[in-house]
Amino acid sequence: MNPALTTTDKLKAVSAARWRVALSLTIVMMAVYFGFILLVAFRKPLLGTQLTDGLSLGMLLGALVIGVAWLVTLVYVRWANRHYDASLRELRR
Amino acid sequence: MTTSLGEPNLIAVGFFTLFIVLSLAITVWASRRTRTADHFYTAGKSVTAWQNGLALAGDYMSAASFLGIAGLVALSGFDGLIYSIGFLVGWPIVTFLIAEPLRNMGRYTFVDVVAQRLRPRPIRIAASCGSLAVVAFYLIAQMVGAGNLVRLLFGMQYETAVVIVGVVMLAYVLFGGMTATTWVQIIKAVLLLGGATVLSLLVLARFHFNPLELFSEAAGKYGASVLAPGRQVTDPIDAVSLGLALMLGTAGLPHILMRFYTVRDAQTARTSVGYATAIIGFFYLLTFILGFGAMVIVGREAITKIDAGGNMAAPLLAEAVGGTPFLGFIAAVAFATILAVVAGLALSGAATLSHDLWVNVVRDGHAEEREQLRVAKTATVLLAIVAIALGIAFKGQNVAYMVGLAFAIAASANFPALVLSIFWKRLTTGGAQASMIIGTVSTLVLIYLSPTIQTDMFKHAAIFPLRNPGIVSIPLSFGVAILVSLMKPVADEQRKFAELERQLHLGAE
Repeated sequence: MNPALTTTDKLKAVSAARWRVALSLTIVMMAVYFGFILLVAFRKPLLGTQLTDGLSLGMLLGALVIGVAWLVTLVYVRWANRHYDASLRELRR
Repeated sequence: MTTSLGEPNLIAVGFFTLFIVLSLAITVWASRRTRTADHFYTAGKSVTAWQNGLALAGDYMSAASFLGIAGLVALSGFDGLIYSIGFLVGWPIVTFLIAEPLRNMGRYTFVDVVAQRLRPRPIRIAASCGSLAVVAFYLIAQMVGAGNLVRLLFGMQYETAVVIVGVVMLAYVLFGGMTATTWVQIIKAVLLLGGATVLSLLVLARFHFNPLELFSEAAGKYGASVLAPGRQVTDPIDAVSLGLALMLGTAGLPHILMRFYTVRDAQTARTSVGYATAIIGFFYLLTFILGFGAMVIVGREAITKIDAGGNMAAPLLAEAVGGTPFLGFIAAVAFATILAVVAGLALSGAATLSHDLWVNVVRDGHAEEREQLRVAKTATVLLAIVAIALGIAFKGQNVAYMVGLAFAIAASANFPALVLSIFWKRLTTGGAQASMIIGTVSTLVLIYLSPTIQTDMFKHAAIFPLRNPGIVSIPLSFGVAILVSLMKPVADEQRKFAELERQLHLGAE
């Protein structure tokens, strides 16, 4: 970080970065989940399509939504542990 | 198929007694450490990330998820899975937006965060309405569930079961505070995960450990429609509305939010909610196996013969694949689950009554440590009595919709004010207050006018067409907050936002 910046400016930058990451991931999660819900609500027969014996498209997508929830959480926790915490340590000094 | 359900099961009673003895021993140990209000509400902020992850999962995985969703999947297939998925997707939102700011800006309840830069009194009063409504409806659902369950599982009287749950829960919370409640949650979460995993493995062993073979058998037995959205999803808008409430409601449940104060710092809060998401996701994936397992192995007719709502699907499945001893174990785990969730709810209700209302409204923030603890404990006793009374009053009522109602209030009354107070500089006291009150009232009124009450209970046409009010009440609550705040800006409250930004990231130093 540029040493010429004041603490307030640095805090603003850290804050902006944190919310940018958090909001992007929130939007991803919401888009995936509501995409799924909208399909459930309006495209029932499509979700009933059998991909192989015993696996319908709906069940596959449902399990994938859980997978996406795990993935975005993992991405955020790793990002925050590495970058966000490092910036905060610098601010505390 | 014959079942021993409903007859006294010695193994179930044995396992359950063991759980009670162990958890009460922990309570005795915890009571020596619970000397201050801080220990009572937050366990001295000494809970580790893993412990809190398990405790969060324990607080969240209620009997409704274990027995209710397994039953729903067993009876209606895919439609039940909509709940499994909806209950999980709120957790990433909690992780990204709520957990860390909450830990950094508050002390005991989520209302601390909203009240930080606004006028505390009106905020605390309005927020308490929403919090207490959520706790009350959630409590009713759990107490009535406990009464019915124990009657079916152990052959015990409904009232006896409700009183046992109330009294044991009171012992945990009153003497052991957050320390005991946390450990009860952890033990219960491990038992529930362990039990559900073993049960799933026993089921899968019959299908060459291939879930698809299980699903295919289900489709063969009851038609391919069990793998697709069906009867439960009649109105598309209702489905979206339910989805909204499930996702955003998680981030507004007071007993869940309170857990972020039990850890050392924001980083631990973040890690713990990551663990919780992983555990809860795993558990809800198991409900796929349990539900379809019960559908195929036990059969729908046998499930509805015992309980029309399907709540006994998982215990029946346990008996079918593991015999009476395993049924005993699963029954004990189900009872322990209810007990633990009720304890968590009572503790958060007590925090609202004593910390938000007594200390910060009646006493204006000036109360001695000893008084705070005394009031918190009095509130706990009061809540235990109310919980037992509600449990008995609602005997025989269908309360399945009450957990949904609790989520809808949490999403409409608590979530908008909380998220706006963290993100939006222009939020004013009036805006937050209006949002919380209108969020609570509109949800209650819309549920009252919905087919759930009007058609199912009173047998006439409903004025409001949806069973799930979220799609109206959540935007309404956000809209009111924004409108009121913009109409009457308060410069002082905006200035404080800049000051608080440091605390939001770095914590109170």
